[in-house]
Amino acid sequence: MNLQLTEEQELVIAMVRRFVRDEILPLELALDPDAEELAPEDNARLVAMTKEMGLYGLDIPPEFGGPDIDLVTRTLMAVEMAQHRAGLYVPCYGTFGGAGLAQLFEATPEQQEKYLFPTLRGEKRGFFGLSEPSGGSDPARAIQTKAVRDGDDWIINGGKLWISGADKAQYGLVFARTANDKGRDGVTCFIVDTDTPGFSVRRIVHTLRSARYATELSFEDMRVPASNILGELNKGFAIANDRLTKQRIPYAAGCIGVAIKAQEMALEYVPQRETFGAPLSSRQSIQWMLVDNEIDIKQSLWLTLEAAAKAERGEPFRKEAAIAKLVATEAGGRVVDRCMQMFGGLGVAKDLPFERWFREMRIRRIGEGPSEVQRHVIARELLGSSLR
Amino acid sequence: MSIRLEKDWVAAADAVQRLAGNLGVYQLANTQGQILFIGYAGGNSAFGLKGVVRQALEDQADAAWVRWEVNTAYMSRYKELLMIHVHDHGELPPRNAPMALGKLRPSG
Repeated sequence: MNLQLTEEQELVIAMVRRFVRDEILPLELALDPDAEELAPEDNARLVAMTKEMGLYGLDIPPEFGGPDIDLVTRTLMAVEMAQHRAGLYVPCYGTFGGAGLAQLFEATPEQQEKYLFPTLRGEKRGFFGLSEPSGGSDPARAIQTKAVRDGDDWIINGGKLWISGADKAQYGLVFARTANDKGRDGVTCFIVDTDTPGFSVRRIVHTLRSARYATELSFEDMRVPASNILGELNKGFAIANDRLTKQRIPYAAGCIGVAIKAQEMALEYVPQRETFGAPLSSRQSIQWMLVDNEIDIKQSLWLTLEAAAKAERGEPFRKEAAIAKLVATEAGGRVVDRCMQMFGGLGVAKDLPFERWFREMRIRRIGEGPSEVQRHVIARELLGSSLR
Repeated sequence: MSIRLEKDWVAAADAVQRLAGNLGVYQLANTQGQILFIGYAGGNSAFGLKGVVRQALEDQADAAWVRWEVNTAYMSRYKELLMIHVHDHGELPPRNAPMALGKLRPSG
């Protein structure tokens, strides 16, 4: 793997870095420590800037109007975009735009007209409804939401848990069992309008992540037309699985960005802070924490870039994505924890971002497949699919 | 935890004495029990609920009752209370500024 960044990559990274430091960090000083959004006028101004930079809608394929950015550069950008207080879950407060639900790029022309294009224009929002109270780590087997055919429609009953953004969405992708087969070959993905009778956002699920909450959904005799099936009947799990694999790379990158920022703050602080007549930086215990942080950051970064490079080349990258997700989420937690320790009391105060990162980073070892599932994915790749 | 804020109402005159500097959410109501305002004391508040509610009562002289909930997840709880109010009453409390909110349909 070539470890030298191209000139174009260097330029893009520098541009994003300046954007975070000159535009995001100053605004963040005035926001609540748990804020997840900017004031509307600030948001509009910064979105105009990212459009001017040619970097808006980063994850939209070029044929749909997005910037043509390779996955390695995209990963490096994700690392930069996470380097602020809200950066783990709301990098740059969404001012680089989103792709909506990437699965819709494979939708029928009619579905794209109704759901994808309005989403890209910022007129509609969607949610991804996979996990259920029965379990999220093994969705193929855990899905109990059922859809039963009724003429040209399907009737869906069941519920979902840990779903982000459903309360503000106009539609969502809901995975339901459409065949009695208990495995993955019996799950179908439906596009569901949230104003469909029988659809309810029952509650907010409060977690360590105060700003961007999850919701619980219930479906009672929810009637969905057969034309709203995304992809093929009984083949919905492939859609979900593809998304889960791809998502692991930016998920890892966000953790690395926060770890880099935490380390940067610690490196600035420890030479200034004195204890017993000498700066903290002169203490071996502190030096070793910084060294361990650096090793954690470098390992995570290279493993994540390797996954991105393989994905970019069109090679299988399931194992590499799982390794990146596993290593970066665990390393990110360790780095933030060590930095809190170096800052002492200030490290746990809401004056500094460590306490938010600490809370949110803990979720990263569970979200998008916990560490144990990543190890299982890696083991299956090493030992073969006979390992269930 | 109940979805709605079900703490006892406390007379405005007594509330500030009883409040401490915790983070959390609160509601103000008038003498008829109509909720006038839903707010929160966040990480930037100098004296937590005590300071934020004291200021809110100074700003809204017709507020007669206060209830609150200490909650470190104040941001998601604040939005939840606003969404439940919209679900129950069809609109935000009169003193809350318009804002983009999600839609909740709680079962209870």
